[in-house]
Amino acid sequence: MHSLMFRANAVLTFGITLLAALCCLASLSDNLHYTSPSVDLQILHVESFQRLPNGNDEVKLILNITADLQSLFTWNTKQLFVFVAAEYATPKNVLNQVSLWDIIVERKENATIWRRTRNKYSFVDQGNNLRGLDFNLTMYWNVMPLTGAMYTGKFVVPGFKLPQQYR
Amino acid sequence: MGMIGDAVSAIKATNVRHIALQAISLGMIVTSALIIWKGLMCFTGSESPVVVVLSGSMEPGFRRGDILFLHMSKAPIRAGEIVVFHVDGRDIPIVHRVIKVHERVETNEVEVLTKGDNNMGDDRVLYAHGQMWLQRHHIMGRAVGFLPYVGWVTIIMTEKPYIKYLLIGALGLLVITSKE
Repeated sequence: MHSLMFRANAVLTFGITLLAALCCLASLSDNLHYTSPSVDLQILHVESFQRLPNGNDEVKLILNITADLQSLFTWNTKQLFVFVAAEYATPKNVLNQVSLWDIIVERKENATIWRRTRNKYSFVDQGNNLRGLDFNLTMYWNVMPLTGAMYTGKFVVPGFKLPQQYR
Repeated sequence: MGMIGDAVSAIKATNVRHIALQAISLGMIVTSALIIWKGLMCFTGSESPVVVVLSGSMEPGFRRGDILFLHMSKAPIRAGEIVVFHVDGRDIPIVHRVIKVHERVETNEVEVLTKGDNNMGDDRVLYAHGQMWLQRHHIMGRAVGFLPYVGWVTIIMTEKPYIKYLLIGALGLLVITSKE
């Protein structure tokens, strides 16, 4: 009854149960956290705009990305995966989401972002619907925890328009 | 020495009723594990509700040996979600992030492109030859939760099988010799 194995088993079981409970509580505590992120997204310049040989439109943009995401960090935050996507509808697709740029933020001190950048991933349509297109830019942040549930937030900036002509 | 002696005498002392009891309790453990696993499959809607991260392609978010909890709901797949998918011709499923989504007008079929956070390029090099997009049927689930390190147990057991047999043997011996 009070053998070494029995005691070791009891200690191990208790330890694991306690650890699991603490992980759950840490994850739940994220819900009590108040966040106030601020985001500004601009297109400074359309660098090139063409139809590719396969018939799809491609546009290259210079983006100006400003954000303060420091308030998203809690004690249970491992990193933020932040990305900016162009979102639009075409006659063929109800929704197109094209990720243009992303960054991994591991420390709260680095969570104020200011970047002037080309789109990191190609902005290519499925078809040739980009001329004169109205679209949104959306910044998403995927909050990845030390342990527990992941969640995602977003900030939508509407009202962007691509040129009527290729260039 | 004393422990082994105890074990041997315990084995000698067993009778039929004791053996039956042990067999039943072992059966209870195995079936309850099965019930939990199948129950999770039902609850999450994913054919494998828990996966272990095997590669470093999602670092620093997910490291080798971390555990991911999957969920497969009817909700449409969107950019930024971390999905587990399998590619025709590959046995091991891949956990990567969706970076592009195109959803058709009437059928609502989706075509998505994925990328590992730690990889330079997108996943088209990993897909089957000539495959440009993943469809819904390639995707086994989306990652919703995360637990670090625990997956090392299964990684060690698959890579060093003798540890698995040692562990199973030790547990079996413990079940047989326990007095309760």
